[in-house]
Amino acid sequence: MQQLGKTSVIPFGPQHPVLPEPIHLDLVVEDERVVEALPSIGFIHRGLESLTDKRDFNQMCYVAERTCGICSFQHGMGYCEAVEHIFGVETPDRAKYLRTIWSELGRMHSHLLWLGLLADAFGYENLFYQCWRIREKVLDMQELTTGGRLIFSVNKVGGVIKDIDVEKQKAILKAMDEVEEELSVIRKTFFEDYSVESRLKGIGILTAEQINALGAVGPFARASGVKADMRLLGYDAYPELDFEPITSEDGDCYARCYVRMLEVFQSIKLIRQAIAQIPEGELSVPVKGNPNGEYFMRVEQPRGEAFYYVKANGKPNLQRMRIRTPTFANVPALCEMLKNTEIADVGLLVVSIDPCISCTER
Amino acid sequence: MANIKRSPWLLHYDGSSCNGCDIEVLACLTPVYDAERFGVMNTGDPMQADILLITGGINSQNEATVKQLYDQMPRPKVVVAVGVCACTGGVFKDCYNILGGADTVIPVDIYVPGCAARPQAIIDGIVQAVDLFQKRSDEHDALVKEKKRKAKEGAARG
Amino acid sequence: MVEHSVPENILEEIPVEDLLLRALELKKEGLRFSQANAAYVDEKFELSYSFSDYETLQLHTLRLVIETDVKVPSITEIVPAAVFYENEMKELFGVKIEMISMDYDNKLYRIRQEAPLGPQKKEVENATVG
Repeated sequence: MQQLGKTSVIPFGPQHPVLPEPIHLDLVVEDERVVEALPSIGFIHRGLESLTDKRDFNQMCYVAERTCGICSFQHGMGYCEAVEHIFGVETPDRAKYLRTIWSELGRMHSHLLWLGLLADAFGYENLFYQCWRIREKVLDMQELTTGGRLIFSVNKVGGVIKDIDVEKQKAILKAMDEVEEELSVIRKTFFEDYSVESRLKGIGILTAEQINALGAVGPFARASGVKADMRLLGYDAYPELDFEPITSEDGDCYARCYVRMLEVFQSIKLIRQAIAQIPEGELSVPVKGNPNGEYFMRVEQPRGEAFYYVKANGKPNLQRMRIRTPTFANVPALCEMLKNTEIADVGLLVVSIDPCISCTER
Repeated sequence: MANIKRSPWLLHYDGSSCNGCDIEVLACLTPVYDAERFGVMNTGDPMQADILLITGGINSQNEATVKQLYDQMPRPKVVVAVGVCACTGGVFKDCYNILGGADTVIPVDIYVPGCAARPQAIIDGIVQAVDLFQKRSDEHDALVKEKKRKAKEGAARG
Repeated sequence: MVEHSVPENILEEIPVEDLLLRALELKKEGLRFSQANAAYVDEKFELSYSFSDYETLQLHTLRLVIETDVKVPSITEIVPAAVFYENEMKELFGVKIEMISMDYDNKLYRIRQEAPLGPQKKEVENATVG
């Protein structure tokens, strides 16, 4: 009878239908139950932090944006703000508001993308297509205001290089109304459909203590009741906008879906507020010389808290640029969550942390 | 595109891209851009795929995976490199872990430029790939036919 | 409106012997581990271990400045979340970190070059110049 308790190892990935990106997990299973999950990453490791030797601090902004194509804008913004802190310059108010608007547009498109992928992971193809159809409206607004659909390159050290004029502001507000209306319909399906509920409720539960011990961040942590939202730090225009971090107490896949869905609506509200309050003024301040010093910048990305550590010694090339992405912080919690689950749920659970392998590995 | 006879299946693999191109490839297959109207279908199984869409450059770890995926695809096959990283290595070309574009390990037929490649460009690449696949399949069929004919003749003579 | 009176970030330089003690103290104070990173500056390693207080959002960073051959104890026994950060420092910089609870033994990223961001980097550059 000893054979029954025997464990076996099942490889998951790197090329796996549930994910568009490669991640590899070695799942130690006992019958159908996962005992342990050992991640091995590195399929997308490029080593972009080493580019500081070859690019100067202005050029690094564009490298930082390409850490991840989904939260691209916020990567560039976090990096630029870290360098701005070293210079000690204050960006103009209009630039702060513009950055906030683009950040929230980015958060909307990232969350809609994730909601679609989640629907795909539990086999609801129609819902997947609906989410991505709505997401295109957000992408259209990004394209209208910046010229790029995903990677905008509108940030620079000292401010932004493009403006959103009144016409475009109106277009954004119109698009927000449409998104809100159409998303309200989908929201019903996500929260009232019993088949969605049966697939998501009670799966992959993590408590707030576990989240804190394992250092998880972002909507993943907020779904377990950890009120961690770096927008409360008060960078950009956030101190002047009215919002409250969205949390849930359940800590399961359903709660993660709930938090992200509500955050899309929150982003719509934030964009409306920002457009109503946006002041006139310059887009950027001139920055002279080279940076000298170090700074830890924290921003709240769609996936959570991201760290930008910049160290410079007065030369054009930085000594060190470090990007700690939220997905990197979430990997230990993912491994913990996968313990004692059914093997059929692994794909869904991996999707539920909103994995972005290219920013995990940089 | 005038007379498509076949319906090739697409396999998408993310080399070491920043995700921008991957998301655009996926966006191409969803309703607004809908590349499936050209008769292609997305699949997760390399053994059933005819066209490989590869995004991102090659690094030392995914080199073997990309080669394996390419070898697992049945002949004839077409490879499309999507985005500037898959074409040349792009902005990451100087990173220590990037070996270069997709063509450093597998033969690439169609290059789609852009950072991130726009859906219109990706669709154009897919359409060209469908055409090329058609051509290659025709050649392949003719070869098989010729082989069969020769075998028959040989059998008749012998 | 959100109140945004976040206290100044703390940067505390400590000797390598005090690392485990200080990490434990910060953990006992209720701070949670945020990140750890290394930098190779002026032929020395600078390791930063950041802890943050999620009530006040204050960041408390422990900084070690060490010679490249100094052995550093792993904090993973105290802070399990640090496992990937320490593996990363070990692999990319060649920092000698001991007793990591899950040691990937330089196979986290599986890169060909050994410690590409560490001391060797400079030697490689010199070699190409000469």
